This record gives sequence, structure tokens and C-alpha cells, in this order.
Amino acid sequence: MIELLNALLVIVLVLNLFALGNSRILSVIRIVAVQGALLGVIPLLVHERITTPALIAAVAAIGLKGIAIPAIMIRSLRAAEIKREVEPLVGLLPSIILGALATAVVLLFSRKLGAASEAASNMIIPASISTVLVGFILLITRFKALSQVLGYLVLENGIFIFGMLLIEAIPLVVEMGLLLDLFVGIFVISIITNHINQAFSSMDTRELVSLKE
Amino acid sequence: MPLQLILAGILAALCSGLPSLVLPKSSAWGQRLSVLMMLASGAMGLLGAGIALFAPPFPDLGFPWPQAGNSLLGLDPLSAFFLFPVFLIGALGSVYGLGYWPIPRHRENGASLQLFWGFLVAGLGLLLVARHGMAFLLGWEIMALSAFFLVALQDRQAESRKASLVYLMATHVATLALFGLLVLWRASTGSFLLNPVGGDVLGLAAMNAIFVLALLVFGLKAGMMPLHFWLPMAHASAPSQVSAILSGVVLKMGIYGLLRFLSLIPSPPTSWGAIILALGALSGVLGVAFAIAQHDLKRLLAYHSVENIGIILMGLGLAMLGRSLERPDWVVLGLGACLLHVWNHSLFKSLLFFGAGSVVHATGSRQIEEQGGLAKAMPWTSLFFLIGAIAICGLPPLNGFVSEFLVYMGLFRSLGFEGARGSAAVIAAPALALIGALALACFVKVQGTVFLGLPRTARAGRATESPPSMLAPMALLAALCALIGLAPALVSRALDPVIALWAPEGAFRRPDLASLVPLGAIGTMSRFLLAAALATVLGSALLRRVRRGVGTWDCGYARPTARMQYTASSFAASIVDMFAFALRPRVRGPLIFGHFPGPTGMHGEVDDAILDRGIIPAMRGVGHWSDWLKRFQRGLIQHYMLYILIAVLALLCTLIPFGEILAFLSSR
Repeated sequence: MIELLNALLVIVLVLNLFALGNSRILSVIRIVAVQGALLGVIPLLVHERITTPALIAAVAAIGLKGIAIPAIMIRSLRAAEIKREVEPLVGLLPSIILGALATAVVLLFSRKLGAASEAASNMIIPASISTVLVGFILLITRFKALSQVLGYLVLENGIFIFGMLLIEAIPLVVEMGLLLDLFVGIFVISIITNHINQAFSSMDTRELVSLKE
Repeated sequence: MPLQLILAGILAALCSGLPSLVLPKSSAWGQRLSVLMMLASGAMGLLGAGIALFAPPFPDLGFPWPQAGNSLLGLDPLSAFFLFPVFLIGALGSVYGLGYWPIPRHRENGASLQLFWGFLVAGLGLLLVARHGMAFLLGWEIMALSAFFLVALQDRQAESRKASLVYLMATHVATLALFGLLVLWRASTGSFLLNPVGGDVLGLAAMNAIFVLALLVFGLKAGMMPLHFWLPMAHASAPSQVSAILSGVVLKMGIYGLLRFLSLIPSPPTSWGAIILALGALSGVLGVAFAIAQHDLKRLLAYHSVENIGIILMGLGLAMLGRSLERPDWVVLGLGACLLHVWNHSLFKSLLFFGAGSVVHATGSRQIEEQGGLAKAMPWTSLFFLIGAIAICGLPPLNGFVSEFLVYMGLFRSLGFEGARGSAAVIAAPALALIGALALACFVKVQGTVFLGLPRTARAGRATESPPSMLAPMALLAALCALIGLAPALVSRALDPVIALWAPEGAFRRPDLASLVPLGAIGTMSRFLLAAALATVLGSALLRRVRRGVGTWDCGYARPTARMQYTASSFAASIVDMFAFALRPRVRGPLIFGHFPGPTGMHGEVDDAILDRGIIPAMRGVGHWSDWLKRFQRGLIQHYMLYILIAVLALLCTLIPFGEILAFLSSR
């Protein structure tokens, strides 16, 4: 089981780097969707036996992160008629290197962080932190509104992995509530994105500076 | 029973805005229902306060709530005394609003005026019946915030926005200090209950800290001189009935708070009384000096509130000195003056603000120089304003005289006490005389410029009398002013229970107020004066000595114009020059060259000493120095995410075991 879990987490980390290195927004949406769907499987692996609540959580996570949210975002992307993230703050290759460095540093230092002796896998904490960092890199370096949303999703995925440590402690209700929040958040952002597009005739969040007081 | 009546009154006031809010704005019925509720609230509140003040003492009514020490609310003569103006002005002000701020003509903010008016009265009531620090704080904040919304009512005007912001900052500072005061109270007495403490429970340091904080909180609210800066703007730009309740009632909550907290501390140091007396004299003299220099009618009245708070504080300071030096007659006279002036000021200042509102209603301008000759068009407003003006100047037949007379009596009592040092208080007496004379000059200026002479603008010439709904509250207030002035012996019965509560009989016997002051003789003299004045007026009317059809101020010129009248500024100029050291007037003088000078003009302005010359420049400096912080506010979400990332990484760095690393390196 642990080998399978570790393998999944490694795939998640690799997907992080793919997300950093791809300029086509449609591809990034798909990458993040796959990442979310993979993460939905993890709760089933962490538990010794499959219970109904865990099953519901897994199905809901896969359904939302793997299907519903990407579908909303792809619709929004079509409406906005853009394809690529042109001229990010940091170029694609440098941002891959940055992400890889962050992942490596976190993997090196994760033993010092301790605390996870009873965790199912010693990969969970480094995977979680490096995914969060990659989410931050996406948020900071990309300017299109949809890329920002993807950054938030990756960030949330990192937090989701961290939640695996507490899987025994977090009740199902909280888990479902988190998923609902995320879904509503993305839903609203997608609508706002369209409005930004109409108001500024651009999806560039830098245009929002004009709203600054 | 009285407490339940007052709570019912508070509840009625709290809900009074709902009809105006719910019913359609085009009909006057919403406001009429609100006014009815306010009248009911006023009737219940006044009845309850009356029972509490005049009936024999009864135990505090507690609510069974152990966490709050079982007694959240209570009622004693001190609360009841201050509840009178709250419910009186609360009811009268809402009646006044029917004519002054009718909802069908002020659809934008008429309903919110009613709503926050009710909240304000409810907050004031709650504050006064609170016996627990938390309830006190709750009432205080309801009062302060609803007053903010009332000041900010006309928020489309930049002036109103500025006034409400300055008020909000001042009241937040006061609330912050009140938090400190209550926490300190809890720390030093062990509970939030506002009960008197024994002699040696508080150390001198804690007592002094409580006093300084109380002076800051309640001085800010009362508009004591260095802390008055929020008051002129807020009073000037609010609707007139709001100015009336702010000046007449809300300021008094500062006095109430001081009285309440000082009553809880048994043996105050002598210096406290001296400080309050000195601050009172300062507020009085400078308040009236600033008032004379104003061009805006309501701003002028607002500075007069500072002056009257000064007189009230002089009475309080004298009472505090009497308590420290064990002179019961000082306590009785000083506290009697303080309390009576609280009532008097809330009566005549509300009357004057209602009158000023009536003038603004008729001519659309608050500028004194744009009025003139209104006595002919608005005889009733003019008469009521005159009554208020006589009262505020402290002239004999009316109520202001009685309370100022008590201050004089008390101050003169300090003559010869323990030689020169003890009679230092008597130097406050000339200050009071100066205040009286300057106030008289100021109201001669106002009455003469606004109501006498010829109209200075076309708008003032077209003025008409205000509707009865505005005149009736003014008539009632004027009648009350006259009643206290003509029969002062009546109010001494209201003062005695409060004085007994504030200064309980301990080692020394406390005389009655009536035994110290010949109140009956004052009343007889006032009645005689009134009769003589009425006889003069009637006599001259009967004899028809006044010739009609002659222009006012024509001075024998062939073709007099309205521009040849004395202006308010020129009338006040000599006094403003006398006080130029404090007022610092900015005068753009007339430029007169040659034998045949061209047309020229003259304009003088007086800024507020604290706000315009102290606080605003200082804050501008702070703003200038903190400008560099703005470079971090770029408006780019990416940058904000970077700040979050930096914070997260910094937090993660705390996990790095630097100690182990150092130990590892040193072991190598």
C-alpha cells in the first residue's frame, strides 16, 4: 500500500513541474485535473479498510476536482477566447527549475521537520509543502486570471495532501465542507473572470491595479 | 417599578425608527408613528425618572445573571437626574423633526435619521442605568456610533464627511481609553461592578491612573477645552435637532461619567479638584472667545457648549475640592451648580439649536452675515431665541442665572479658608464673570445680526415663520427655562437627593442646598424683574412711541442700504483682537490706497486651535513619514501572494533547528 501511495505522490510532484512548464492554459487545466483526481484516490489508500465515509469523500473529491471544476474552467476559457499565458513574470524554464529546487530543498529538510512519525508515508509532508510552494509560484508569476485560479487549485491540493496526516481526526463533514468551499470559490471566480474580461477586455490581472485606491 | 418604566421607554425609543423605515417614504405617516413612539418613550422615561428622583430610595433592581454579578442595571438619583434631559430632548427633537426634516422631502436620509435618533436615545438611556462595566460600555458605544451616523447623515457633502470622520476618530480614542479605564477598574477593585470602593482598596497610583483615564474619556465626550476639537464641526454640520441632542444631552454623558466614577472613589486628592476647576475655567473663557469669532451660527453655538461645559466643570471642581478639604458647603454649592447647569444647558442649548435650525430652515444658510431682519418675518423664532440667549448669558430672570449664581456663591465661600492657599479657588470667580460678559457680547452679536436690522440677502428677505411642529418644542423649552428661573426653589428638591448620593454624610454634616442659597429670594427678584420688563414692553406698545415706516439703521442718511449695517464680524472685531493671542485670526484686510479708493473687502477667519493648528498638521506629518509604506501596496495580487509566501517561509524557518546545527558545526 505504502509503495502505491509513494508512487502516487511522486506522480503528483511531477505533475507540479508539468504545470509550471506549460504555457497552454488548457493543458495546465488538464494537468491540475489529473492531479486532483489522483489525490482523490489517496484517502482510500491511507485507510486500512475502505469505509463508506472515505468512499464518499474520494468520489466527491474526484468528481469535483477531476471533472466539475475543470469543466467550469474550460468553459470559462472558451468564453474568454485566450489560449496561452504569454510573458509570465518568470519564464517557463526558470519556473520549472525554481519548482524543482523548492521540491528538492523540502525533501532534504523534511526529516528535520519531524512530527510525522505515525504518518502512513514519510513522503506526505514534503509532497504537501512542495505542492503548496509550487502553487505559490504559479500565483506569483502568472498574470492571467485563469492561471491564478489554477495556482489556487494547486495550493489547495497541497493543503489536501497535508490533510491526509489528520485523516483520522477530520470528520467527513469538514472534508465535504472544504470541497464545497473550493467548488463555490472556483465557480464564483470563473464568473468574475468573465466579467473582468468584459470590463477590461483582457484577462490580465495587472489591469486590476487601476482599482487600487 | 421606575426602572421597568425606563426600560420600556428605552425599548420604545429603540424601535421608534421602524415605522419610518417600513412605511413608504412618500407618506408622512411613518414619521408620525415614529414621533408618537418617541413621545410614548419620553412619557414613560420621564415618569420613571421622576419617581426615582422624588420617591423614597428603593433597592437596585438586578437581573439574575451570575456572570455579570447579578446586577447589570440599576437606578439611583444620579442616573434619574441625567435621564430627564435624555427623554425630554429625545421626544421634543423628534417632534421638531416633523417640520424640520420631514421624510417626504428628505427621502434619502429621513428614515435613517429617525432610526438612529431612536438608537441614540436608547443608548443614552442604557448608559445611564448601567451598573456594570460591560453594560456601561455597551450603552456608550450605542450612543457614540448612532451619533456618528446622525452626524454623517448628509454624507454627500464633503464638510459633513469630514466632520463625521473627525468625530469618529475622537470617539474611538475615547472608547479605547474607556476600555483601559474599565480594565484598570477591574484590576484594582476585582469586579466590573460600578460600586463605591472602600477607603484603602485603591493605591494612589491606581487612583491617579483612573482619574487621568476618566478625564480623557469623559473630557473628550464632554468637549473639555483641549479635547473639544471634534465638537464644533460635528455640531455645525448635523441636522439641527441632532446638534441639539448632541450638545444638550450627549456632551452631558461626559459629565455623568466623571460624576459617576468620582462618586465611586471615596477620598480624592486635592489636586484633582484643582485640575478640574482650572480646566473648567480654561474651557469657559476660551470656549466663549472662540464662539465670538465664528461666522457660522451653529458653529458659534457649538463653541458655547464648550463654554458651558467649562462652567459645569468649575462647579464639579469646587465640589471635589470641598470633598478633599472636608468643606460640605463647597460640595453642596459646587455640585448643585454643576447639576443644575447640566439641566439648564440642556434646556437652553437645545432651544438655541432649535432656533438656529428654524433660521436655517427659513433662509437656507448657517452664515450669520447672510441673515438679518428675521424678527419681522419670524417673530416666534426670534422671541424663543431671545429667551434662550438671555438664559445662556446667565442673566437674571431665567435659569442660567440661577446655576451661575450657585457657582459664584460656592467660589466666594472659599475666601479666607486656610489663608491664601485655600482661597486660590476664588480666582475662578473673575473667570466666570469674564465668561458671562463675553457670552453677552456674543449673543448681542447674534441676536442683533440675525434677527434685527435689514435682510442682508434676498433669501433672508423672503423668510417665513417655521411650522408649529418646530415652534411647539421651542415654546416648551423656553417655558421650562423660565420656570427654573422664576421658581428655583422647585429644583432644589431635585438636586438634594443627587447631592446626598454623591457625597454621603460621613464625618461631617451636610447642609441642604436651600439653607445655603436664598433660592426663594432669587425667585421673587426674578419674578419682579420679569414683571418690570413686561410692563415696559406693554407700556411702550400702548404709547406707540415707536414710529413705523422708518428703515432700521438709517441713521439719517438719505438712501440707506442693508450694506450699511454693522456686520457681525465688525461687531466682534474688538473682542477678537483682545483674544488674538489664543484665537490667531486670519484677516484679509481691506486694501485702501489713495484719496478715492476702489471697492474693497475684508474677511476674517478663526481656525480651531487644536484641530486645525495641532492635530491636522501633526497627522499630516505622520502621513508624510508613512508614505513609504505605500510602495508595498501595489494593487497587484501577485505581489500580495508573494508577501504571503514570504510570511509562510519565515514561519517555516522557525522550524529549522538552528541550535542543533550550531552544535553540530562546533563539534566538527
